[in-house]
This record gives sequence, structure tokens and C-alpha cells, in this order.
Amino acid sequence: MNRSLRPLLATALIFAIAYALAVMQFPSMFSTRVLGNFLTDNAFLGIAAVGMTFVILSGGIDLSVGAVIGFTGVLVAVLITWAGMHPLFAFAIAIIVAGTFGATMGLAIHYLQVPAFIVTLAGMFLARGGASVITRDSVPIYHEFYAWISDLTIRLPGGGRLSFIGLTMVAIFIVGALIAHRTKFGSYVYALGGNPVSASLMGVPVARTTVAIYTLSSVLAAISGIVFSLYTSAGYPLAAVGVELDAISAVVIGGTILTGGYGFVLGTFIGVMLLGLVQTYIIFDGTLSSWWTKIVIGILLFLFIVLQRLIFVASAPGEKAQKA
Amino acid sequence: MAETGYALEARGIVKIFGNHVALDKVDFGLKPGEVHALLGENGAGKSTLIKILTGAYQPTLGEVLVDGFPVSLNNPQHAQTYGIGTVYQEVNLLPNRSVAENLYLGHQPTRFGFVDRRKMERDSRTVLARYGLDIDPSSELGAHSVAVQQIVAIARAVELSGKVLILDEPTASLDRNEVERLFEIIADLKKSGLAVVFITHFLDQVFAIADRVTILRNGKLIDTKALDNLTRTDVVRLMLGKDIAFSGATKLEENRPLGEVLLDFKNYGRKRSVQPFNLTIHKGEVVGVAGLLGSGRTEMARIMFGADAADEGTVAVAGIQTSIARPTDAIAHGFGFCPEDRKAEGIFGDLSVRENIVIALQGKLGWFSALNRDEQLEIAGRFGEAMDIRAASLDMPVKLLSGGNQQKVILSRWLATDPAFLILDEPTRGIDVGAHAEIVRTINRLRDEGLALVVISSELDEVVAYSSRIVVMRDRELVAELNGENINPGVIVQAIANHKDGVSA
Repeated sequence: MNRSLRPLLATALIFAIAYALAVMQFPSMFSTRVLGNFLTDNAFLGIAAVGMTFVILSGGIDLSVGAVIGFTGVLVAVLITWAGMHPLFAFAIAIIVAGTFGATMGLAIHYLQVPAFIVTLAGMFLARGGASVITRDSVPIYHEFYAWISDLTIRLPGGGRLSFIGLTMVAIFIVGALIAHRTKFGSYVYALGGNPVSASLMGVPVARTTVAIYTLSSVLAAISGIVFSLYTSAGYPLAAVGVELDAISAVVIGGTILTGGYGFVLGTFIGVMLLGLVQTYIIFDGTLSSWWTKIVIGILLFLFIVLQRLIFVASAPGEKAQKA
Repeated sequence: MAETGYALEARGIVKIFGNHVALDKVDFGLKPGEVHALLGENGAGKSTLIKILTGAYQPTLGEVLVDGFPVSLNNPQHAQTYGIGTVYQEVNLLPNRSVAENLYLGHQPTRFGFVDRRKMERDSRTVLARYGLDIDPSSELGAHSVAVQQIVAIARAVELSGKVLILDEPTASLDRNEVERLFEIIADLKKSGLAVVFITHFLDQVFAIADRVTILRNGKLIDTKALDNLTRTDVVRLMLGKDIAFSGATKLEENRPLGEVLLDFKNYGRKRSVQPFNLTIHKGEVVGVAGLLGSGRTEMARIMFGADAADEGTVAVAGIQTSIARPTDAIAHGFGFCPEDRKAEGIFGDLSVRENIVIALQGKLGWFSALNRDEQLEIAGRFGEAMDIRAASLDMPVKLLSGGNQQKVILSRWLATDPAFLILDEPTRGIDVGAHAEIVRTINRLRDEGLALVVISSELDEVVAYSSRIVVMRDRELVAELNGENINPGVIVQAIANHKDGVSA
């Protein structure tokens, strides 16, 4: 079996077992209502995590995601509430701004040969600082378009609801998976994560691909910020602090190797759902501190990193070559 | 075809890096349907020329012609469009992706904008079959042996270019059978009209496969000749520009009085790595280790040095029982180890020559007695001179040096610690003939100075030339110890191939 499938299967298995255990304790967790809310509540994280999957598959990292979400939320809120702009215009502007921002980071990473960690760290401070300069307070959004979108839901049997933003996330995951696994661009992303030197010798357009990856990540972070503003009906400069780390966790728990080259977009979806499950369980339990979410995520992350090491070190090709 | 008759030609190429002239008015012509060997010592300008022919570098002066028409190659991908494909020494493919993707990356067949994986895998199967490979194109490339990866790399280069194939030391990591297989493939490609540039350090291989040879020395073109009327000695003389004694010794160093016992390994071994072995090493002795790749030679070296801990047996250093569980233990006893894979395990590529030389000595001194810069320079300078390390400056990064010079840096590093015992794993791998001879001379000198050495090498001529004694490894077991008058490579080969009763001391 393809060894990069193994972490994915492990994640799926852990999710199934964890969900079954949770349902045994709280039977009402097995309902379309809870499942529908899973999607809605984690939509912004999921969308950002799709972008993060591409970044990590290419062997990079993007720490600016949470800040871009916060910045986009503020920008959209200000454009709508203060400037009286139609939300769709505001969204378009936010996406263009974020895309430019991501492309600039990609250019810096490629041409200045600065590690992505540093460049996106700078990006994080810039975006977060920029948001706080625009406003220090939460800017509420009152617009009929927002109300219209919130009402835009598909009712499921059993009282559940598929919200617009939940469906947006699912759609982005599907498109993301198609891009990653079915297009040339996707194969370039994996190539960069596998070995950037080989990739460039094999004719992969490294500069273009790197810029595209960070542009994609920032654009998805902007969409995530828009979704977050739809979810909260406000823009707040300190929103989504640390979401980049949740996204990285979801990607790694979803079976993508942190050093790049191996992984699946679908895995990230399961990773996000697993994080959502932990949170929902703690809400159902009611007595546990919400910090338990962090502890469980920490344990899961650690387990998965160990698992990846075991799978990839144990079957490293070098070892085989030595035995041969 | 233009009037020149060359598929690929370089005229008057000059390449200058800073104030260093890497290539000085070099001409090179490649005919379709020929295998053209490119030879030269390390630093002679072979790789610079290759990089210019593949578009990785731009020439400072001169021009590159494809089929007689001047072209300007911007990058390797651009060169590909002119039919020039390259396979590098280290397989430069993607071990994390499927075989099919490695064949077609960047040129995948698409349908409605998506990669048509089924067609890609079907095509891959057809292509690989031409090279006698029957592997699943959807399998991960990294799961296959280096030889298979090498063939995939060649297949890719031929598929995507199809006029000129440049092979940069393709045989460095292949065993004998794999090399033969590769040569069959090259012969087939040649028959189909492909022009092949072949770069190697193995002269035997040049004579086995090449039609013509171009020799570079110090960035200058020495000559391009048909191989028919050349001998090995001619070629070596052209490469070095001087006469050297070539693998003279065919018997072991005469039995001279042994020094005192330095090391005594008894039933020393490690499960699943090396069977327990007995080995006594004296001062002023070179113990050669022969055996095929994977016979446990390197593993033996690693447990001697404590890089892997032994789980059986005992070791005595100068008669005192001790334990060597970690490299620090070994260093404390005055051991040094130059590993086989220089790039991965030996040098710190980005650090300077000076830092690379003093690092082991600093490790021995501990944290609290740091060597200052002057002391470092003094030590590095001394060894740089003694070992004839050719570097523009002791402060230049080691990765910019040639393989032979890197090897000398690593040797200097251990010599700076004033060792009693040195383990050299393939000290001459991947370095040129001139540096070869120098390393061999250095080994002899160190032995005369009273060092004990264990030297692992695949080159039997060489092992015979410097060893006082030879141990033979097979299947992770020390199977024979050879000493005496009439040891020659043939006897070693017999010992490697035969069963235990074949040869005895």
C-alpha cells in the first residue's frame, strides 16, 4: 500500500472511534443537527486549513493565516459599515488585497531565499498590526445581504441545517483536492515538497509555483475571514488569533508530513472534523474546561508526529537499498 | 542537419566566476550516434561545461550550437526543448511521487485541464518496457533501488529531449550488474541515433562504452580524440599532464615488524548489523577492508567508532578493557572516522574550511576552552599546507571545494585531534585520479608515522597498494583475513566470492 495513505487511514480510524465513543456517551451527538453545526462552526478553520495544506505539502509554512483572517474581517466590516459598500464588492477587494499580500510573501520567499517561517511571521505582524491600525474595536456589520446569507440553509431530516458557509467549506475542500491531486500545479506543489532542487532541474516553474502557493493560502485565509465575518457578523482586529496554528494542527493530524511532499487534502478535512469533534464533546460534557481541547489537540499532534516518523523512517528507501 | 555534423556544439566557451576562469576557450562537439566521454580531474571544468550545455549557466563568451544553429539556453527546461536531456550523479527525481509522475512531471497528459493519470501510467509502462523495466508506474519512486531510479531518470531525459543525453557520473552508485545493464541501454540509445555525453571517473567504463573522448584540464581543452588508438596510460597522462605511477603495487607491504597492539576487538558485533568479529589492530598498520557493497563493511566501521553501539563482545584499547558506545567515547580514545557519504555525514558544507578542520578538535577540548580565531587559522593553515588542500581561502565554504579537497579537509579534521586510530570509509570515492594518488600517499605516510588505520575501499588495486593486512567481509560477516606475499586483487575477489574454505591466511 502507498505508505502516505497510512496516516490518512489512521486519522479516519481515530475519528470514527472517537465519534463512536462520544455517541455512546451522548447519543444526541449522532444527529444531523450536530453534524451540520460541525461544518458551520469549523468552516473558517477548514477553509484556512486547505490553503495551509498546499503550503505544508510544498515544504513551507504560513504563519500569517490567522492575522489575514482578522485583517479581512476588519477590512470587510469597515468597507460595509463605514463606507457603505455592498458586501460583494467588499469581499472582492479583501480577496484582491490578500492575494497581493500572499504573492508578495511568495516572491520574498523565492527571490530573497528567506525561510517561509520568517517571511510569514513578518506577514503575520503586518496584517495583525494593519487590522489594529484601522480600528481597535469590533465593528459590527448590519446589512441585509448578511441576513440573507445566514438564512440561506438547507434543512436536513432530523432538524439539522447545512449553512451556506458550511457548504462553502465543503466546496473549497473538493476544489482543493482536485487542484492538489489532479492538476499539474498540484504535482508541482508535491514536487517542491519532495525535493526543490530536483523539482527545478525537472523543469518545475519554482518561482511561479511558490508565489501561487502563498497567494492561494492568503486568498483562502481571506475567504476564511469573510466566512468568519458572516459567522460573527462583525470584524474585530484580534479575531482568529492563533488560527494558523490550529490549521497547521489540522493539516498534520490529517496525515500531511510537516516536511512536505506527502499528504492529502481530504486528510485535512478529517483533521478539521476531529478538532471540531473534540470541541463539541467538551461542550456536551459541560464540566470540562475548554482548555482540554488544547490538551487533546496536543496529544493528537504528538501521536501523529510519532506515527509519521515510524511510517516514514521505518520504510525509508535508503534502508531497503542497504539490504539489497 | 547543418554542415557541422554536430548535434550539439560549444565554440570558444569562456566562463568566469568572479576572478576565477573556470573554462578557457573550450570547444566541444558531439556527433549524433556517438558516446562521448568527458574526462578531467575534479575542478577541470567538466561540470561547468555540462551546466553551460544544459543551460544551467550562461557562458561568459562563446556560443552553443544545436544542429549548427547558435542558440541561447536560458535554463535546463529550455535546453530540453532543444532536445538536450541530463541525468545527474545523484538521481535528481522525486522519491515521494509515483514513477509515472517522475517520467512526465511538467509534461503530464491532460484532459479537460486535469492530469490524465490513466494515460500517463499506460504510457509509462510502454516507455519503461523499452528499458526492460517491469514496475508498477503508480508505485512510489523512492520504493525502488537507486539503479531503477537511475533508469527512470534516463528514460525521462530521453523521452523529453531525445537528441542529446548527458550522463553525469551515472554509475557512481551502481553495482557491476547494474552498470552492465545501464551500458546495454546506452548502446541501444546510441544505435537509435542519440548523442550521449558520458562523464565518469572509471576509466574502464570509458573504454567499455565511449567512442571519443574529450579531456579538460584546469579549464582548458586538452584534446578530443577517438578512443580506438588510445591506451589508458595515454588518457591518464592527458588528464594529469604528467606521468604518474599507476597502481604499481600488486603485493602487500612486506611483512615488517608489527607495532604494539593498539586495539583488540573480541567477538565484537551488533545484532542485524554485523556478525561478531575478532580483529586486532597494531600501531603502524593499515588494515584494508574489502567486500561488496552492503557486505557490512560500513557497519563494522560504525560500531568500531561507536556510531552504532555494539551489543556483543569486548574491546580493549592498548590492553585495557573499555567500552565504546558513543562517538565521544571513541574520540576520547583518539579515534577518528571519515565516513563514506561525505556530503551527508562528513562535511559541514556551509561552514568554512577552517571551521571544518577544527571542529573535531574543539569537540575534544570541550565547551570551555574555545579555540580563538588565530589558533583556528594556525591549525587549519598547518593542515591545509600539509595536506595540500586547494582552496582560494581557508574561510570559503567547504561545499565549494572539489570532492578530493573535501576529503582532505575531513582527514585534516581528524589529524588535528592527533589521533591514534583512523577509520577511513571509501576515502577515494568520487575523487579524481590525481587526488586519489595523494590520498594513498597520505595513508602510507600516516602509517609510517605510527598511526593505526582501517581503510574500507571497493577499489581492490588500491586496497592492495596500501594495506598491511586485508580483512574480507561477506554477508555482514568477517570471512577472511589475508596477509602474506602473494595477495593480489584476484585473491581478494576469490575470498569475497568463495566459501570459507577457499582462502585462508
